[in-house]
This record gives sequence, structure tokens and C-alpha cells, in this order.
Amino acid sequence: MAGAHPKVDVLIVGFGWTGAIMAQELTDAGLNVLAVERGDWMDTATDFSTTFAQDELRYYWRKELFQKPAHETLTVRNNATQTALPMRSLGSFLPGVGVGGAGLHWNGQVWRFLPSDFTARSHNLERYGKTAVPDDMTIQDWGITYPELEPYYDKFEYLCGVSGKAGNLSGAVQQGGDPFEGPRSREYPNPPLDMPYAPMLFAQAAASLGHHPFPHPAANMSRAYTNPLGVQLGPCTYCGFCEKYGCGNYAKSSAQTTILPVLMRKPNFTLKTGCEALKLNLAADGKTVSSVTLIDADGQTYDQPADLVILSAYILHNVRLLLLSGVGKAYDPNTGEGVIGKNYAYQITSSVGFTFEDKILNPFMGAGALGMMMNDFNGDNFDHSGLGFIGGGYIGVLQTGARPIETFYNPNDLTTWGGDWKKKVARDYLKTFSVATHGAVMSHKGNYLDLDPTYRDVFGRPLMRMTFDYTDNEHKMSDYLTDRALEVAKAMNPRDITPRYRKGSWDVVPYQTTHNTGGAIMGTDPKSSALNRYLQMWDVANLFVMGSTAFPQNAGYNPTGTVAALAYHAADAIKSQYLKAPGQPLVQA
Amino acid sequence: MDSSDGPDGRERTQLSRRRILAAGALLGTAPLGVAAETIGGSGPPWAPNTAAYPQSPDPAQRYDFFSGPEAAFIEAAAARMIPKDELGPGALEAGVPIFIDRQLAGDFGKGATWYMQGPWDAGLPTQGYQSRYTPAQMYRAAIAAVDKATQNASNNPFAKLSGEDQDAFLKRLASGDQQLEGVDAKAWFKLLLQNVMEGFFSDPIYGGNRDMAGWKLIGFPGARYDMTAYVKQYGKPYPLPPVGIGGRPAWSRG
Repeated sequence: MAGAHPKVDVLIVGFGWTGAIMAQELTDAGLNVLAVERGDWMDTATDFSTTFAQDELRYYWRKELFQKPAHETLTVRNNATQTALPMRSLGSFLPGVGVGGAGLHWNGQVWRFLPSDFTARSHNLERYGKTAVPDDMTIQDWGITYPELEPYYDKFEYLCGVSGKAGNLSGAVQQGGDPFEGPRSREYPNPPLDMPYAPMLFAQAAASLGHHPFPHPAANMSRAYTNPLGVQLGPCTYCGFCEKYGCGNYAKSSAQTTILPVLMRKPNFTLKTGCEALKLNLAADGKTVSSVTLIDADGQTYDQPADLVILSAYILHNVRLLLLSGVGKAYDPNTGEGVIGKNYAYQITSSVGFTFEDKILNPFMGAGALGMMMNDFNGDNFDHSGLGFIGGGYIGVLQTGARPIETFYNPNDLTTWGGDWKKKVARDYLKTFSVATHGAVMSHKGNYLDLDPTYRDVFGRPLMRMTFDYTDNEHKMSDYLTDRALEVAKAMNPRDITPRYRKGSWDVVPYQTTHNTGGAIMGTDPKSSALNRYLQMWDVANLFVMGSTAFPQNAGYNPTGTVAALAYHAADAIKSQYLKAPGQPLVQA
Repeated sequence: MDSSDGPDGRERTQLSRRRILAAGALLGTAPLGVAAETIGGSGPPWAPNTAAYPQSPDPAQRYDFFSGPEAAFIEAAAARMIPKDELGPGALEAGVPIFIDRQLAGDFGKGATWYMQGPWDAGLPTQGYQSRYTPAQMYRAAIAAVDKATQNASNNPFAKLSGEDQDAFLKRLASGDQQLEGVDAKAWFKLLLQNVMEGFFSDPIYGGNRDMAGWKLIGFPGARYDMTAYVKQYGKPYPLPPVGIGGRPAWSRG
């Protein structure tokens, strides 16, 4: 069937943010690029137009834009003594399906990780000594530094038209921005969004305690914007249906609103939707992917040959495809050997609710990344001596729009009904908000991904198995962040305060965050990492793996900015180095 | 490049999309099928006026899924979980039982997007829903078990109990103190509470939140497009009444 499916220069598997970025960059280099996406084509006018996008039931509770567990899910357990069971409906995290991926229903929170996040192991050992990193905490340095990634962060922020205020321009701290951020080469492309009441009250209270609040950097447009590709976005209207929804207004950056209008017109680009990758096939030498086995929506299976393969599905699917294909050595938690599935990490969230007696906050207005934040307790921005943990997170008031079902239904609190409850929500809905914390999760020996021995997907292949729990480090850190959030909430003088600490084991049921990381991590040594600093597999030189899959551990920020910066960095290396000597490693092991 | 691209290919795709949507409407369900498309080299594959507008339920106030005794239960439970009071309509008046009925008759009730393959194990609370029942099957089994339990205790189905007794029974379900024969009682109450909230606060096109009673109760303005002018009006009430995807009743003829 070679004639029916001629070899392509580049095959891209999964078509969200990183798939679109790589396709745009590699078609620019003159390569013939084929992208496959197992979900549907989706675009603003057809699939989430303003006339029906604001539908909480359809998009959040019936999960129209998310992965369907009936097709593929994963099994979960907190530790290796438990039997993993399938996540039968989505809860804790919400991978996307279809063109644009999870980058369609994301909030648009665009962060840069801290310079010290990229050297998490050596930085903490140097500052706090050997006991700072326990033996079973398997954190590593990334093999790349913040200054090396800065131009690529900048490129993504200008692609997206991020609304924000710089806090550090080439080393000079800027009033009104985040003084803790790494130096940036220029100001954000757009000014901050208009700030509603609740985030302003938070900022005043935080400043009164000596903290440093600033506007959240947002891929939600504060004004009309034309990006460097010539694609136009419109101003955000604060409708409050942003996170977990497609934007009907061309005001939230996504592959659809920033890249595809240009990419789809290129003669050297082809996209196949309804087409899923089943297996990466290695050449006889075991060091090259020669083709990828695909199945289309009609059930036809075929091998698509390619010179270069880019794995750009969601992190969980990238790792599973590597495991199913036997590409790279699977991680063994008992010996610590092997790299595929190693260092799976997540994030830990908590909040402090507050209700005013008389201040109307209109919480239904909002945008995905609209709010005031502080990084005083993120990363290593504060002295951890004697605290018993490393890492941190941001604290702030993020006003994404208080959709009512999500506001009132909590699967872990079944007392929210009855006559008294009705009176309470009628009195308090407009006057209630919460301070959120969003914390890092370090990697640990016992947190990992492998193939489930029992459960199968629609094609009869093993599901992936996730073994994960928070450790003491995460609980101590999250409690510390929640205590700080509580102090700020008290300084706002509300009538009621409800701290919601994150207690106990990780629970798959309530939504927490779609910031899964690791499983094919980057690093400096093929023994302890799957990918080199260019996201190229150490032992399969024509395979590049995108996404938060590469994070050696997670930081206290949303991942998309770093995911995109790593993709642009990889694309540059492919264009400037790899294509001159195809099939060769870019870093010598 | 695939030579089948181009305007004709696009039109065919749009037609097949519409065909899938039309079939979905006939069944009263949302489309789940993935349409294969090969796209590239000739521009974006969208066309005007082909938007995937959601399907509204049949407005008739008859039950598609619930039997008579089941409907009596769901109406009684809804009336206790969000009661009618001086603040306005409760779940019953807002159409929550009809909403739940339509949901259970459709894809949600079938667990169409859920992973429903065995083997089955009760699992731990941190592992989520592990029942082999679809939501529709779980409601059917649970309501029968509720009525059996109340019959045994007080010779009446749930719907005939006093309001206080109904509240007490529901509270025991929520706390896990009330077991049900053959059903995970707490897992079902979780689902019931979710569906009651959905029915009271989702867009009225799904049959609940009638006259936007849920939204009016709390001051949620619904599917308002542009809040820009109001974002910085700190402390001031939002002045406009709620609106749904289908508009406001006052906008419709008749």
C-alpha cells in the first residue's frame, strides 16, 4: 500500500497547540507535513458560535469538547498496593479531543516558569543542602535554562496576543507587574484586561500585607489584536464562558484563532481528522521510526511512512503510544530504571471561600485568565528553611465566570440542597468568591505511568495505568499556601470565610486541573531521561515528543506557555540543525 | 496531497455533517460519530450557516423515561431538594423532573460517552463511579429500592411520606446511612443531586430552569454576550434580566 500512502517529510500525531505550532514552523521550512487528529474538525462559527456557546450543561457537564472515556480512558490508583480501576467518566482532569485539543477549552493562562524551576534539583540542593531532596523525590534539572527559552516564550506570547503587564524587563523590575518573574525581553503585546471587583479587593488586601499582586497574563484579548502571522483576534467581552468552553468571540487564543487560518491555506500541509495513531513502527535498526500505523474513521488501518515523526497528542496519549509501541525503555518503579512512564506529576489546588455582607461582586462576569495573582510564595521566591517542603504556587482571585451548576454542585459535599440552602444561595451568590492556590507537584519514585494489565480500549489495547498520590511535600506546601490565602481573605474583611484545604489522597472525582506532566521527560542523560533538550528521543533520533510530557516535575504555574516555548525551541533546532543531518541526534549522549 | 480536497470535498463533508446531525435529532440525541475529513491546501473547511445548534427537547410535559411511580418519586424529591417558597419556584415548578427525564432518555442516561467495560469492582472513593449501571439503569433500580424501603418502614412509597420524613430519608442517602437494595445509594444520590442542580440552573432549552427561575433566584444573567461596560462598575448590581440561548420568552411570538 506504499503507493496509496506515500512517505511524507513530517508526520504530526495529535493536532492541538504543539501540533499546530510544529506544522506551521516545519511547513515554513518547505517540508511536506501531514497531521493526523483522531477527533473532529472544529471551528468557531460552526462549533461554538456566540449564539450557543454559553451552554453550561452541554459543554461542561456533558463534556462536548473533551475526551470520551468510552473511546479511551485510563485506570487510576493512589499506590501500587491498590488495584487500578478505570476513570469511567471524566473528573479530575479534562483532556481535549479534536482540532485544537485541550488548547481550545483552556483558560488562556500564559505563564513562564521561574528560572530556578528549570534547575529544581541542583538549585534546591545548593540552597538548602542534601536533605532538601529526599531519596524518593526523583526531581531533575531540565537540561535547558530560562534564558535559552526566553525568546520562545516571547514568540508564543506574541502569537497569542497575551494581555498583561511585565514585571521584569531585561532585569529592571517594573511597577504593576510580577517582580518575581524571570527577565523578559519586551512588554506583553496587549495591556491587562479590565479588572472586576473581587480581584481588585484581593489585590488591595494582598498589598496591605506586603505582597506583590499583579494582573494575570491572559490569552484573552484586552483589545483587538493582529498577531505576527496576520491573524486577527477580537476583544474579550467578559461573558464568563471561557475555561472549559470554546470562545465564540475570537477573543481567546487557540490554534484555531492564531495559526490555522494561515496554516490551512498552505499547499504543503494536510490534516486528516478522524484518524488515530495506533503504533509507532521502528525500522530494523531500532533507532528510527519508519512509519506510524493509523486507523481512519471507516476502520481502515494502514502504515504511514515518514522521515520525521512529531508526537504532539496530550501528555497521557503520548506516553501511552510510546508504551504500546515499545519505543524507549519502560520505567520500573522498583529499580528506578527505564524512562517511559517515569516522573508523572500533577498539581495541587486549594481555595479559601469568602462572602461579603453587602459587596456585590457580579461573579458571573469573567474571562479564563482574568484576575489578580501573587507569586510571593511560588517556586523558590521565599525562604523554605525549616518549612519541610520545596516548591510553591501562585495565590490569587481568578474571575473566570461563576457558572451556577459548577458553583453549587460539589460531588464531595452532598448537603447543598433544601430550603435553607436555597435561601443561602439567593442571598450570597452575588457576594461570594474565593482565593485560589495553585501549587507545584514534585516527582516521586512511586508516581508513574504504565500499561494496565486488565482494562482495554475500543481497539482491545491496554489502557494506561496511573499510579499517583500527593506526598508529604505537596500537602505541607499546599497547606502553607492555603494559610497564606486565608490571611489575605481575612484582610478583605468578609462576613464568612471557608478555607478548603486539600486533604487526603488524590481523588479522581472533583475537577482539579488539567496539568498532568511527565512520563517521557527531558534531561541531560539518556539513563534518567527519555528526551534531550530539543525534545528529541535519545535513542530514536527522528522522533520528537512535545508537550508537558517532557517536564521532569511540575512547577507552580499553568504549563501551556512552557509547553509552547519548548515546541518552538525544538522547531528551531529541527530547522537549523536537524535538517542538515537528518536522523542524527542533536545532543551526543 | 489528497486530490479529493477542494470545494466539492468540503461540500460533501458539510452534507455528511448535516446528515449526522439530522439523525441525531430524530433520536433526540447529540451526535457522537466522528466524521473523517482530509483537509488542506485549499483553505479552511467551514461554510456559513451550518452551525451545530443544540437540539431542544420536545416541549410536551409528558415523561419519556419515568414510569408513573418513578415520576411520583422524582417530583416529590425535587420539591424537597429545592422547595417552592417566598423566594419563588422550586425544582418541581421549574421543570426539573422533565429535565431529568429527558436526560435519562438520551445519551446521558445511556452513559454513551462513559467507559462501561468490566471487570467491575466497588473500588475506593478516590476512584470515582464504578457501578455497572448506566445512569438510567441506576435511577430505575434506585427508585424501586427507595419505595421498597419506605414501604417496609411505613407502608408508603416515598412520594406519600410527609415532607419531614422525605427530608430525613434524603439526608440519610446523602450521609451514606441509608442503604438501598442492589444499588450504591450514595453514588446514586450524588447523581441525583447533580441532575437536580443541572435541571434548576442549566439553559431552559433542556426543559428545566423554566422561566429562568433558577437564574432569577440568584441573579445570574445567563447567556449575556457582552459584559464589558459593567466589569468596572464595582459594587453595582447588573441591571439586565437573564437571557437564554433561545432568547427570552418576551422575544417569541404567541
